[in-house]
Amino acid sequence: MIFLKLIVTNLRRHRIRSFISIAGIAFSVAAMLTVVTVLQGAIGMFSGILSSDSEIIVFERNVSDLFFSNVPAAALEEISRWPMVAHADPVLFGIVSSSDHPIITCFGVTAADARIRKAAWTAGDKLTFGQHSDGVVLGERAAEFLSAKLGDHVPIGHGVFRVIGILKTANGLEDGGVFMPLSSAQAFFHKDGNSSVITIKLRNKDDAALFKNTVNAKFSSLIGLEDAEFTRSYSQFKILKATAWAVGGCGLLLGGFGVANTMIMSVFTRIREIAILRVCGFSNTQIAAMIFGESAVITLSGAILGLLIGGCLLYALKLVPALHGYVDVTLQPAVLLIVILMSLLTGLTGALYPTTYAMRVRAVEALRFE
Amino acid sequence: MNLSTSQTRNEHSVVLRVESVWKSYDDGAIAVLKGADFEVYEGQTIALCGPSGCGKSTLLHLFGGLDAPDRGQVSVNGVEINRYRNLLRLLRHEVGFVFQLHNLIPDLTLEENCLIPTMAAGTDRRTSQARLHQLAESTGLTHRLSHRIQKLSGGERQRTALCRALMNRPKILLADEPTGSLDKQTSGSVFALLLEIVASEGVTLVMATHDRSLAARCDRLLEMHDGRIDEIVPA
Repeated sequence: MIFLKLIVTNLRRHRIRSFISIAGIAFSVAAMLTVVTVLQGAIGMFSGILSSDSEIIVFERNVSDLFFSNVPAAALEEISRWPMVAHADPVLFGIVSSSDHPIITCFGVTAADARIRKAAWTAGDKLTFGQHSDGVVLGERAAEFLSAKLGDHVPIGHGVFRVIGILKTANGLEDGGVFMPLSSAQAFFHKDGNSSVITIKLRNKDDAALFKNTVNAKFSSLIGLEDAEFTRSYSQFKILKATAWAVGGCGLLLGGFGVANTMIMSVFTRIREIAILRVCGFSNTQIAAMIFGESAVITLSGAILGLLIGGCLLYALKLVPALHGYVDVTLQPAVLLIVILMSLLTGLTGALYPTTYAMRVRAVEALRFE
Repeated sequence: MNLSTSQTRNEHSVVLRVESVWKSYDDGAIAVLKGADFEVYEGQTIALCGPSGCGKSTLLHLFGGLDAPDRGQVSVNGVEINRYRNLLRLLRHEVGFVFQLHNLIPDLTLEENCLIPTMAAGTDRRTSQARLHQLAESTGLTHRLSHRIQKLSGGERQRTALCRALMNRPKILLADEPTGSLDKQTSGSVFALLLEIVASEGVTLVMATHDRSLAARCDRLLEMHDGRIDEIVPA
């Protein structure tokens, strides 16, 4: 109890300094949490699009981005006939723009696609999808920012399309996207006969390995990956994740410098007190535990405060209409654990030098220190 | 106090021994101890006198293992300090320190300050509390246990420092000008209490002081000058 009081006492003595250090860690943690969670959410959304009613995705081998992937119609026809395949749905991804919105994701799909069949349509009839080449379905948010209603004509890219339906989906990319008949999308994006990916639903999930091997054997330019495999290996996701952690890590590093500065000041201003503790029989371990304990209190307080700030920030982002569906505020336990561990590690690293200094304090010299 | 009687009674139980000890500072530029020799017997009260800078505090620091001699040997209870495998044992169980400035931690209460040595030594809470209350009663501080150090008077602070020094039942109490920061009246009462407690606890006292009247009340008076120690025999 007294040991804890020795730790907390010094923090209370220099309240402003302690608060600044805690705030430094808190904002670093909040930044890391927000960036990582938003990007994880974005990755999750994209993965969600690909894994909609499917287990495997087939795309062009060695492409840096799925937007550049070309899967020929012949491959789709052959794969659809394989006995282990329940259904194979081609999806063509494209980026289009309207007058006010530079980026709108476009999905070229068939009427049989689960995104069309299983979505909640708030306007229009799903049976009409694909009957007219200029008929498009908008996500609810896309309809909102394009100010479009059922039957309206909307300018998208270099064309004008008629809105034949509006659907509601929890996925931000889909909710802010445009669904075109596959053939229209192929013409629009000059990809005749090709799709970006084929999403595969197997009759039996245990056939996944057989399916992937068959794709590798039959199509040297294509690759088949299970959804989880794809999320792990897709280079864009890796870059995004690495960037998120790097940005967050840099923030935490800055917070760590703050802690180090605080702990150095803390040790330097209590040299005499440390000497007294030594005279009272404190061991090096006890002195180190006291300094590390102080650092741990700062970083843990900062981490908890940071998680609260980060959580509030994410919630606030979710409420921004323009970001509806894009921000997934579900905090993953693994992310929370990593953020807390990283902040603790930062704090303890920041306390290393001050602790070493404190352990080397010679009582006889420090007692002369005024 | 009767020096000869005291020495006779304890002549076989030397608790502190200083043999040809040399100590200097600034790479030898300031020589403080030049071959100092003396012994202290169990239960004695020793006053170290001498002008400022003569090495009184240095000697106390050597006894407590806070500093090491350049040459010579300092032994506590027959063990050379350099050979103490763990100086912590010396600081935790063999010696207790009282300084001129009380050196208490101001943000803690009297009780918490006193419990620091027992916490460092790993003494259980019940034993620590019992010891604290015993010492607080002896020093008249029972009613002040929960008070912060800032609320205590100078005399109370020094009595608190005395309690803290004795918490782990050390065999030797090293006091560096223990009443130096107190007024004459308080100084007298604190010193009387100090003598009373070391007598009741059976503790050996080695005290550095400028106050000749206090020194005269100790069993032995050692005068330090020119780096050496001479014993003053009372007239």
